[in-house]
Amino acid sequence: MPIGSGKVSGQGIPTMTDVALTPTTGLWSKLYHGKTLPILTVVIAILFAWYAGAVYLNSDTLISTYERTNVEWDGKKLITDSWSMDRPILPAPHQIVEELNKTVFQKNITSKRSLIYHSWVTTSATLLGFLFGGLLGVLLAVGIVHVQTLDRSLMPWVIASQTIPILAIAPMIVVVLGNVGLTGTIPKAIISMYLCFFPITIGMVKGLRSPDVLQMDLMRTYSASTSQIFWKLRVPASIPFLFASLKVAVAISLVGAIVGELPTGAVAGLGARLLSGSYYGQTIQIWSALVMASLLGMLLVYIVTVIEKVVLKNMGARS
Amino acid sequence: MQQTQTAHSGVIPMSGTGKPVIEIEKLNLIFETPDAPVHALCDVDLTINEGDFVSFIGPSGCGKTTLMRVIADLETPTDGHISVNGMTPQQARENRAYGYVFQAPALYPWRTVQKNIQLPLEIMGISKQEQLERAKKNLALVNLEGFEKKFPWQLSGGMQQRVSIARALSVEPDLLLMDEPFGALDEITRDHLNEQLLSLWDKTGKTVIFVTHSIPESVFLSSKIVVMSPRPGKIIDVIDCNLPRDRKLDIRETPEFLEIAHRVREGLRAGHSYDD
Repeated sequence: MPIGSGKVSGQGIPTMTDVALTPTTGLWSKLYHGKTLPILTVVIAILFAWYAGAVYLNSDTLISTYERTNVEWDGKKLITDSWSMDRPILPAPHQIVEELNKTVFQKNITSKRSLIYHSWVTTSATLLGFLFGGLLGVLLAVGIVHVQTLDRSLMPWVIASQTIPILAIAPMIVVVLGNVGLTGTIPKAIISMYLCFFPITIGMVKGLRSPDVLQMDLMRTYSASTSQIFWKLRVPASIPFLFASLKVAVAISLVGAIVGELPTGAVAGLGARLLSGSYYGQTIQIWSALVMASLLGMLLVYIVTVIEKVVLKNMGARS
Repeated sequence: MQQTQTAHSGVIPMSGTGKPVIEIEKLNLIFETPDAPVHALCDVDLTINEGDFVSFIGPSGCGKTTLMRVIADLETPTDGHISVNGMTPQQARENRAYGYVFQAPALYPWRTVQKNIQLPLEIMGISKQEQLERAKKNLALVNLEGFEKKFPWQLSGGMQQRVSIARALSVEPDLLLMDEPFGALDEITRDHLNEQLLSLWDKTGKTVIFVTHSIPESVFLSSKIVVMSPRPGKIIDVIDCNLPRDRKLDIRETPEFLEIAHRVREGLRAGHSYDD
């Protein structure tokens, strides 16, 4: 910028740069700079592809029905019909929204037809499994960090446990637990635990080992005991790692609970809805259960994130 | 050793009045590394008396930090004799005989300033009220009143290091071990903290061992300067520094100061081979 123009701006007449730097307010600017517009763009793109996909996938069935029943049809009729079938291959988004509205808001919560009821059945197993998994994961990590033998003997098993497909082992767990008289929520929670302890163990082992040499030396100069080092150094240092693991764990613990409902032939729960939906070709029911499950997952992760924010703020994290 | 004796006979020792706190004889420390063993400390003989302010000075890798870590029982010597307060270093550590200030502040980021100072006191099982009193007193000593509730990241580097000094002092040790505590600070802050440290030493009469690689800093602070050389780490000179106890920064321009500084520099030059 030449010296002259700097002088001008000094006298109070805005230069080009000044104008460009002044933030403009207004709806468009907010949309442009915020997250809303990017998210909205993706949503619109998905909806567009979805409606198009519904027409493409459902048209074959519709056309053969038209031909069998000698119905006159054109492109417009094909499109509107493919978005309002009873048992479509791919239901249109508004059909899923309608179904959700019907099963979430129009039904009594205690009713077997209420999706809220089914969600709660799954959530209770999820939370119980998450609790078991959290305890197991932390206990394993504490053992692995403190006992060298456990580090060498347990860690390979912990990793091996996760290489077995959960779909293969879930029925076994259900059968074995059923034989010792455990049915209902517990077997589902165990399957959930089986999935979700893993990230917690891995995260906590890393977290409990995260104190650096200096922080450990400091404890040594105080001749602190192992338990003092654990509670005053290792545990606080591991909290950020714990929450990172918990966010992963709570999401897959929901997956575990749903998978656990499939082989039990459960009559309640989101998994049961998926199963009965696929028996009877109720694709709309399957999709609404899917949407419900993902909303539930997001809610659970969100709750953990909120707790994380509060805890870390109290531990001096920069906001 | 020859040089050491000459050094002692040359000046009237200002220190050495107290009884020996640390006695080291024929101390060797060899680190086993994958390539070849490293001789970190070689035949070190040293006596440090009560109330001394002793600086270890030397180039990087001369073993000054290692020697201090041996005293603190953070390293175990390969052979030789060392006693701290008449005990082995391990017993001394278990008795919490010393406070240690590291090169970095090493504050725990999840604790406030006050809680950081309380940490050693919690470990020692000191009563809550006493903890608070000591924290308050020592924060005042390093001019940090009013920062109790701040977290470490809210403080500048110099302030963090002062908190770590307050934390070491709160243990109320007779022996203070400081490993290049001001190494990472700018010169102005460093000068200021040097003055504070000196008046603290004067007020409390503690024994201080101070690792540095700055010649002016060592001369300004010490009553005794231990010059070390690397590969293998050994003591090549012990210089008594008989400047008055209550020194001000201006003393660095006086001929006495410059003479001692010159001797330290000579010692460092003699011990430093640039062959490798």
